[in-house]
Amino acid sequence: MPADALKCKECSTTYPLEARYVCDRCFGPLEVAYRPPESSAAELKRRIQAGPHTLWRYADFLPLEGSPRAALPTGWTPLVRADRLAERLGLGELWVKNETANPTHSFKDRVVSVALARAQELGFHTIACASTGNLANAVAAHAAAAGLPAYVLIPADLEEPKILATGAYGANVVAIKGNYDAVNRLCTELAGERDDWAFVNVNLRPYYAEGSKTLAFEVAEQLGWELPDRVVAPVASGSLFTKLARAFQEWIDCGLLKGELPKMNGAQAQGCSPVAQAFEAGTAICRPVKPDTIAKSLAIGNPADGPYAVELAQRTGGSVDAVTDDEIRAGIRLLAETTGIFTETAGGVTTATLAKLAERGDIDASERVVLCITGDGLKTIDVVRGSFEIAEIEPKLSDFEAAVSGFASTAAAA
Amino acid sequence: MATVKLPTQLRDAAGGASQAQAPGSTVGEVLEALYGEHGELRERLSDGDGGLRRFVNVYLGGEDIRFLDGLDTKVGESDEVTILPAVAGG
Repeated sequence: MPADALKCKECSTTYPLEARYVCDRCFGPLEVAYRPPESSAAELKRRIQAGPHTLWRYADFLPLEGSPRAALPTGWTPLVRADRLAERLGLGELWVKNETANPTHSFKDRVVSVALARAQELGFHTIACASTGNLANAVAAHAAAAGLPAYVLIPADLEEPKILATGAYGANVVAIKGNYDAVNRLCTELAGERDDWAFVNVNLRPYYAEGSKTLAFEVAEQLGWELPDRVVAPVASGSLFTKLARAFQEWIDCGLLKGELPKMNGAQAQGCSPVAQAFEAGTAICRPVKPDTIAKSLAIGNPADGPYAVELAQRTGGSVDAVTDDEIRAGIRLLAETTGIFTETAGGVTTATLAKLAERGDIDASERVVLCITGDGLKTIDVVRGSFEIAEIEPKLSDFEAAVSGFASTAAAA
Repeated sequence: MATVKLPTQLRDAAGGASQAQAPGSTVGEVLEALYGEHGELRERLSDGDGGLRRFVNVYLGGEDIRFLDGLDTKVGESDEVTILPAVAGG
């Protein structure tokens, strides 16, 4: 499916495949448009199956000219059957897409892989981004692997592990006194002035966003070339959420999958829920908010793809829901103790939203549900502090027995 | 007069300038004055119904006007109005 042009999602004006992200005529976002595939579904499938166990196996559906070079292999993360979580929630078939298994432990490695490959094709030598943390980690690592300098702009109050895991790669870290929306605004201004820098989520954004599709391609392939009935995924800017659906649609259109788009359920934190609020109000207009939540990777108060996320949820019979910080903490715990997957706050949001949908009776027991866990718990380790007890004892057998008898799981087993 | 900072995408419609001076006591009036000077900007920014297109963000002194009084937000003589496209990030 060769990339053809950049096309405005609002007014359909087309532009060449360069470092450009906004329509000159109406300011609408640009998206990569493709020509119909030149190969049959069977040929496409063979090519995918013969490809590497990374996101590059889907190169036919990505906007790159040459064969991409991946210095830091990304993708092909596990899709884990989560029977114990399903049982707890009264659900039937439940799968967890475990994106913590990427090189920098979040799905952002996908978008950065594609943006960086395209940036190199376009002749850029410096990589930059505005980030809520996960993107910062990914840009720093992939730029290091490619031998390019990186400039990473983050809100100054970001979780420390995310800041440390960015600087560790030698990236230039600039902490902005303000929230993510302020960082994003500054980067948008900067991208206009420093046109020799590839800002992966600003001027390279149309390519960057295409990387998210590979998560959905993998889900479908790992389900044996079948569609799930429902997908629950986090919504920050709305980019990942909408690209998942676009990926499924592309594969339906070219004959690789049969059926309808899954019901798409978006997950937000109540302390930053402009998209959930718009969905609730039945409007696509997302009124910006000032974020106040522990889910900092989702703390985008002015979500540019918000209108499209609302429209997608409406169109597929899904929803966009919001959960409280306490529910987020409980979601992290629930996922960890039923699947062995420790997620960051964004995954707590997603798991808590799944629990909410289940409780509300939105999910039929016959449904095949996929829960997207987009980042690793070690990135937001502070939120689990104090959520469990540690028994500190003298090195004596009797002390051990006394301490252990107090643990909940020992009592349950007795 | 307030200063209006223009993003690169709009500069060709404003004779190549990166900023412009425009009179007005509210953001809406300042933009109207700007449209009066550079007619093409109206088509690019306005939704044709008195509002802004949905991917146009306007800031007064760095604050999104949707947190203030929108286009009715008062503008002082030395204030800076910044126009930027909305960009999804993460």
